[in-house]
Amino acid sequence: MKLDQKILLGNEAIVQGALEAGVNFVSTYPGTPSSEIGNVFSRLAKKNNVYFEFSTNEKVALEASIGASFSGLKTLVAMKNFGVNVCSDSLIPLMYTGTVGPMVIIVGDDPSCWSSAQSEENSRGFAYLGHIPILEPSDPQECKDFTKLAYEISERFKLPVILRTTTRVAHQRMPVAIEPLNPRPLLKGRFVKNSHQFITMPPRVLEMKKELLEKIEKIRQFSDKPSINKIYGSVKSAKLGIITSGISYLHAKEALTELGLELPILKLDFFYPLSEKKINGFIRNLKKVLVVEELEGFLEKEIAGLAKNNNPKLEIFGKNVLSEIGELGPQKIATALAKILGKKIKVQNIKPDIPKRFPKPCLGCPHIFTFSILKKMSSENIVFGGDIGCYMLAGVPPFEVQDYLFSMGSSTGVAHGIGKSTNQKVITLMGDSTFFHSGIPALINTVFNKSAVLMIVLDNRTTAMTGHQTNPGIGKTGMDEATTELKPEDIARACGVKNIKVIDPVNIQEYEAVIKEFLAKDEPSLIVARRICVLLAQRQVK
Amino acid sequence: MNNAFNIVIAGVGGQGLITLTQILAEAALSEGYDVKTSELHGIAQRGGSIETYIKFGKKVYSPLVDPGKADLIISLELQEGLRKIGFSNPKTIFVVNDSFIPYHGGLEEEEVKGKLSTLLKKRLHLVPASLVCKKELDNEVVSGIYLLGFCVFRNLIPLKPESVLKAIEKNVPAKHLEINRQSCHLAKNG
Repeated sequence: MKLDQKILLGNEAIVQGALEAGVNFVSTYPGTPSSEIGNVFSRLAKKNNVYFEFSTNEKVALEASIGASFSGLKTLVAMKNFGVNVCSDSLIPLMYTGTVGPMVIIVGDDPSCWSSAQSEENSRGFAYLGHIPILEPSDPQECKDFTKLAYEISERFKLPVILRTTTRVAHQRMPVAIEPLNPRPLLKGRFVKNSHQFITMPPRVLEMKKELLEKIEKIRQFSDKPSINKIYGSVKSAKLGIITSGISYLHAKEALTELGLELPILKLDFFYPLSEKKINGFIRNLKKVLVVEELEGFLEKEIAGLAKNNNPKLEIFGKNVLSEIGELGPQKIATALAKILGKKIKVQNIKPDIPKRFPKPCLGCPHIFTFSILKKMSSENIVFGGDIGCYMLAGVPPFEVQDYLFSMGSSTGVAHGIGKSTNQKVITLMGDSTFFHSGIPALINTVFNKSAVLMIVLDNRTTAMTGHQTNPGIGKTGMDEATTELKPEDIARACGVKNIKVIDPVNIQEYEAVIKEFLAKDEPSLIVARRICVLLAQRQVK
Repeated sequence: MNNAFNIVIAGVGGQGLITLTQILAEAALSEGYDVKTSELHGIAQRGGSIETYIKFGKKVYSPLVDPGKADLIISLELQEGLRKIGFSNPKTIFVVNDSFIPYHGGLEEEEVKGKLSTLLKKRLHLVPASLVCKKELDNEVVSGIYLLGFCVFRNLIPLKPESVLKAIEKNVPAKHLEINRQSCHLAKNG
């Protein structure tokens, strides 16, 4: 049967793969470059009898899917790299218990930080921390195929499997072969009590670790299969070979075409566990190997370890010729190859002398009122705490009212420490979705431990930056069903905050007066600046 | 076509680059080419400089266009067109919308135009897409489609105009279809 070809974005291909595999339960918190997975499921879930939710944060998203998996359902969780930090507290013990229904976790990394503040995090490192199997697709077709492969592995070995994409995989389009979807009923599972599996208490927990390590060895053997971790080209007479994975494989192929070279490539579909057998076979007779991977040289270190026993004279190139910072591309790899082979290649490097055009708030964005007032009040005695969302743009010209920026919810957590350590005032900016995600514990800490932080919740009635997803403050679920609408002001009141004001930010005089009034207090205050995101408002009119 | 045809589309976040990218990918697929694209989402889209890549040919591996490797650069804005000069080689064609969106700290319009024409000479097609679309259709948003029309009707992209028109039908919501089609056709005679 010839399959239909459809142009799909990597993230859309992941959804297609999950639907083809018969996924039952999907939970996510949006974050670039993984957001479209939730957006597409939000549209398609009902039609395909899948349960879908935008969860409050990545930790509860994972936990929701753990519950569904323990009840026997096939689950998918999606998040960006920093989401793994948030959910790791439950992810690592999940490796010990293992799953019942299969689980695939999609993690989107962002080399070059195209859409990420915070850090250029390489979430492959979690494989070592938690013994988590990780697959790395390189294009949308593989996004689909590897999602299905990940379900197969998870089903067979009873462990969750991470599918790790990067921006250039998740936001790559290509023709993907589509299988027709068979209609399935909405599945109800059943939680069958099994304390032996589900309770991670000592001394059992150490037994569980042993079981986990045994499973990983079995998956390692599984990954020796000829259809996985493939070798392209002949390694027999070659002196130099390439070991690579994910998007770097495509760049390496193009670099070779560009240089007119034919070198053998070992493409590692599995980052963890590594197929030591395949690697040993590949490097045995080589004189040199180039390890092509983005960010930290994890593979390179592993391969160096294997070469010690297997081919001690092997010359290993990797981070000495390819940067640990920023994404790779064909030209960077061609340059590295040329260096190794002692060849010269011409590289164009024309840099136009044009000042940077920074991102800025959209025309009519309600955050502009807040930024403008803060700009006017700006002084060395007032510290502005930034947080993760569109309002990070408070930090770019012409506003520049952001003095630090870390992770979701951290504006207020850090503000508390500054407030306790100095005589300065701290104002923090946090969006509605970020407030629910992880702002609340920080707010409670300001009350509990008595600091005078002024927290402004920029409630634009959506999770705007990642593409207008719903959140606990909206009154609608990810499947468009009506639900309780939570209000940041009610939560703050329940947390013991006494100075609370809800305001429409267009009333700038009143807004400024309230900020000044609250800044003078010696206890925590909270302003909710509530006005709908202008893009969302325009879309609702259309 | 032995080597892939590499297109870079440039503009400012919110100008509809992703739709143009989808249309070109769809058109290339319909003509039997292998095709890859790359784009950015999230904060990168909020009014800053953005670019997307479309590569099609017999076989395409990487979705990225390296410096010097673009065959065609389409820019929806003057200054963003100039910013993409690093992707060009002495044969690269530029199709640039004669539209200027100023920003804090940016260059002057005349300076940008001067640099573009000095650097590119005959390789520059300065196209009044926004002007024509505003005048004829009272809609500037479709100026990207006008630029696509300009490229295919003048054989600056090795794809048939019919393929692109079909791809527009497939990728544009029904209620906006007519104006997009008109915009593409306007470019034929423009």
